[in-house]
Amino acid sequence: MQIIQASRRSFLGTTGSLSAVAVALLAGRETLAQGMGGDPSKDVSILNVALGLEHEAINAYQLGAGSGLLQKPVLDVAVLFQSHHKAHRDALIATIQKMGGTPVAEKKLDDYARALKADTLKNQSDVLDLAARLELGATNAYLGVIPAFGNRDLAKVAGRLAADETMHFTVLTSALGRPVPANALSFGA
Amino acid sequence: MGAGGWPARQALAAALLAACAAGAPAQSVERGRQLYETRCGACHSVDANRVGPMHQGVLGRRAGSVPGFDYSPALAHAGFRWDRARLLAWLTDPEALVPGQKMGYRLEQAQDREDVVAYLATLK
Repeated sequence: MQIIQASRRSFLGTTGSLSAVAVALLAGRETLAQGMGGDPSKDVSILNVALGLEHEAINAYQLGAGSGLLQKPVLDVAVLFQSHHKAHRDALIATIQKMGGTPVAEKKLDDYARALKADTLKNQSDVLDLAARLELGATNAYLGVIPAFGNRDLAKVAGRLAADETMHFTVLTSALGRPVPANALSFGA
Repeated sequence: MGAGGWPARQALAAALLAACAAGAPAQSVERGRQLYETRCGACHSVDANRVGPMHQGVLGRRAGSVPGFDYSPALAHAGFRWDRARLLAWLTDPEALVPGQKMGYRLEQAQDREDVVAYLATLK
C-alpha cells in the first residue's frame, strides 16, 4: 500500500499524477470523467507539462526531418513518429480546454532548435540519438502515472501513451544499431 | 570497570562508526548523471531552458531565477537559495517544499536523490 501511495505522488503535480478525471477526458470518456472529482486547476497544470513535452517532441522531429540528415526509410519513420506526437498533443489540448484551462503555447521552431542544440547535429545518428533520448524521457514520465489508477481503464490509457513512446525509443535504438536493454524492467525505474 | 576496558570500548566505538559510515548512502556522481539523463532529461537540460529550467549552477542559485524561464509565481517568490538539503527536499516532494509550484516529478528512492544531487552539485 505504501508503494502504491508513493507512486501516486510520483508523476506530475500536487497529487502526483494526472487525476482520474483528466485521463478519462484524455481517453475521450467524458461520461466517466463527469462523474469524478479532482482539482481542475492542478490537473490543467499537470497536463500542460505533458503538452510541453509533446510540443518539444513534435519540433524535434521537425528539426530532424528538415535537417537533410535523415535518409529514407528513416525519414519516413521520423515523420510517422511526429504524427503520433501530434495526436498526443491534440488529445492533451482538447482535454485542457474541456477542463476550462489554457493550453501552453508552442514555441517557435528556432527556440526548440537552440534548446536542443540542433546546430550540433551533424549526421543521421546524431538526430536519432537526440530523438531516442527524448523518447526515453517521455516513456519514463508516462510510466510514472500508471500506478495512480485503481480503475483499469484509466491505467490502460496511460499505458498506451507510454507504449507509443517505448515503441519509438525501441525503433530508434535499433536504427542506431544499439542493443536492446540487457535487463528486464529497464523502463520507468 | 577498570582502565583496561577503554581500549576495548574505543575499538567498539570505532567499529560502530565504521558500520555507520558503511550504512550511510554514498553518493555516486556517475550514477546521478545517468539518472539525470533518464529521469530528468525529459524536461531538463544542463545548459538550456526547456520544459524545465536549466541546471547549470543550480547549487547556490536563488530559486526561480534562471533568466528566460517562465516559473510559477510560487517558485519565483520562494526566496531561498538551492542548497543540498533543499535540493533533496525538492526531489522528495516539490509541492511540500514550495506549494503551488509546477513540477511534480519525484525521485522515490533516497539513493537516487542523493546521486542526482551529487551530480547537480558538479554543474558549476
